[in-house]
Amino acid sequence: MDTKGFYYDIIIAGFGGQGVLAIGNLLAYAAMKEGRQVTFLPTYGVEMRGGTANCTVVISSKEIGSPIVQRPHAVISMNLPSLLKYGIRVLPKGLLMVNSSLIDLKEVSRKDIELLAIPVNDIANQNGNPKLANMIALGAFIEKTKWVTFSSVFESLEKVFDERHHGLIPSNIKAIQIGAEYVKSLL
Amino acid sequence: MELVFKRPECLIDVPFHFCPGCHHGIAHRLVAEAIDHFKIREKTIGVASVGCSVFMYDYFNIDVVEAPHGRASAVASGVKRARKDSIVFTIQGDGDLGAIGIAEGIHTANRGENITLIFANNGIYGMTGGQMAPTTLLGQKTTTSPYGRDFTYDGYPIRMAEMMATLEGSAFVARVAVNNPANLMKAKKAVRKAFQMQVEEMGFSFVEILMSCPTNWGLSSLEANRRVEEEMIPYFPLGTLKERKMADYL
Amino acid sequence: MSQNIEKILVRGNEAVAMGAIDAGCLLFFGYPITPQNEIPEYLSKHLPPLGGEFIQAESEIASINLLLGASATGARAMSSSSSPGISLMQEGLSYMAGSELPVVIVNISRSGPGLGGISASQGDYFQATRGGGHGDYRMIVLAPSTVQEMYNLTCLAFDLADKYRNPAMVLGDALIGQMKEPLTRQKAEKMDLPPKDWALTGARGRKPNKIKSLYLQEGELTEHNWKLYQKYERMKKEEVRFEMVNAEDARLIIVAFGSMARVSKTAMEMAREEGMKVGLFRPITLFPYPEKGLYDISKQVKQFLTVELNTGQMVEDVKLSVDRDAEVHFYGKPPGALPPPEEILEQIRKYYR
Repeated sequence: MDTKGFYYDIIIAGFGGQGVLAIGNLLAYAAMKEGRQVTFLPTYGVEMRGGTANCTVVISSKEIGSPIVQRPHAVISMNLPSLLKYGIRVLPKGLLMVNSSLIDLKEVSRKDIELLAIPVNDIANQNGNPKLANMIALGAFIEKTKWVTFSSVFESLEKVFDERHHGLIPSNIKAIQIGAEYVKSLL
Repeated sequence: MELVFKRPECLIDVPFHFCPGCHHGIAHRLVAEAIDHFKIREKTIGVASVGCSVFMYDYFNIDVVEAPHGRASAVASGVKRARKDSIVFTIQGDGDLGAIGIAEGIHTANRGENITLIFANNGIYGMTGGQMAPTTLLGQKTTTSPYGRDFTYDGYPIRMAEMMATLEGSAFVARVAVNNPANLMKAKKAVRKAFQMQVEEMGFSFVEILMSCPTNWGLSSLEANRRVEEEMIPYFPLGTLKERKMADYL
Repeated sequence: MSQNIEKILVRGNEAVAMGAIDAGCLLFFGYPITPQNEIPEYLSKHLPPLGGEFIQAESEIASINLLLGASATGARAMSSSSSPGISLMQEGLSYMAGSELPVVIVNISRSGPGLGGISASQGDYFQATRGGGHGDYRMIVLAPSTVQEMYNLTCLAFDLADKYRNPAMVLGDALIGQMKEPLTRQKAEKMDLPPKDWALTGARGRKPNKIKSLYLQEGELTEHNWKLYQKYERMKKEEVRFEMVNAEDARLIIVAFGSMARVSKTAMEMAREEGMKVGLFRPITLFPYPEKGLYDISKQVKQFLTVELNTGQMVEDVKLSVDRDAEVHFYGKPPGALPPPEEILEQIRKYYR
């Protein structure tokens, strides 16, 4: 990774309950651990209640001004409404990662971006833990972009998770690894 | 010669500004005597409410903070939480506690704050010049109920002591009057008891004192005392409504 | 030292709560309201083990008066809320300004008027900087722009409140309260502060202390108001804080505070990439306002663009501050979608000459 000067931003979006805030938080924490500047801007309040959830993560080599991003370098879209809302905003040549378990790829109209389709729910179900689809997505995204190392993400889990959930860390690590493996298998 | 009567140490030697025949000065004295009795003057903090009671700081030889209208019990709670070893009391009038500050009063009691609230109920707004209070009796004429209080327009007089007694958080609730020597002796005991509850950390103590307001009632001092007996006490019965025997942590 | 402290990724609201604890505030009173709930939630968990007190009051009116009582004892105490709740606190703030009580109030503002919405807004600028309640008074108002500043300025607010015996407000908004950024939780050195000999601690071996705002004797209140005025003048001399970026060669300067300052900073960088010499002036103290700093820079820069998350409040102070021949433009956004930097860049292009 070039550490001279860099700037990268990403919007992660889906239904409330899909865990998009958790993986955004993890990504930001891991990047911070690696000495980068980060911002994490989540939706909150009414929007969270049963509606859509999204977060914006910015990773940079220098102090970050705006945590609000109009045209992100990448979007992770966990459901169709979020694809329709944020898919059009990815920068040309940017990365659009979609959850192909819930999104028909015909819905993706952009040709000027890189599309990465990962059936995260199917993979999570096959591995016996449907709740960890978000971690599959995170693993896939990191494997694809290499913006943070896996070890920093794993170390960040205990910071991001409440202590009473620390027992779940091994299964989360496994899900992240499975997501990464899936991307490797595509190459 | 034996000294049988003197000014409580807790009161400053200045003339009261209260109107002739007003019971407010008596309430001050009862509070001051209780503080002297328990020798707690040096750790007592008073909270002055808005109304005729506001000038408390001119009379009491103790630290005092003035609260916004209706908020005295919230302010008192804040003082107590910040200095748990202090003794905190407030004297709130009927407008202050029964109207604008009823939420703060109720919730202070409900939290079981270990403070003492003296409720000065004379059924009228004294300082602002005789308007209707939440405890103004039905039919009573005031400057804002010129035809007499009518429940269809104004609702009923509120019985604060009864309301306070229903709350699990209150430890001691009494209603007293000071219109004659017999009632005065009972009032003195009740006020002392209220402070004792606080000293013993039993929780929230509340004494409602039925008071006269000869000026705004348009009566002489003696007539006002009689009105307390004949009109107020029948609607606001005297007595101890609640007395917790041990500190209660539900 | 700071290298030894591990950075943590926290929300702006949590940083405020941590700042309060590290400033020695052990008393908090509040009432739930979005988007500031992380502050009471954090403190309700962390104050009791420290021997502190947390009360969820029945209303913001009760909260502010619990605060008044606690502050009267000389203790450091705080309350936080968001716009509608801050409106309810105005009575208490006026009393505390009048009674000269040092307290810290945090407003993680949302949008109004009325119930409005929970999106970020800077619509409370007037309320915060003009006193807000009745009477002729001012509060110290600090406007953090990063999560680190949420922490630092909360700590500072306690010191300034104590230094001047005056309420101090931290004015954030939903954006800065909800976002997460790395925080170095390092206590600042406490100011050298005057003793609190006015505090109510029980009249033991001294005359009683009285804390009040009622002055009925002839001339008393005039004198009291002049005394308060002198205090505000002293704040203007000693406490003004602002940040200026890229001003040296600038032809246009953006003036923005809090969340909008950081979005504007990105817009400024974008403009610089396009070859436009743009700078940023960010007031950190909204009262006292950095009038002189703005005036001085307006001697050499004549184009100003004020950016606010409202339809025009601070812009009045910018106009009052700058030199006569400077032009002050305004770009405001009422509540709703937050403006991305591109939107501000467009405005820069419009006014840049």
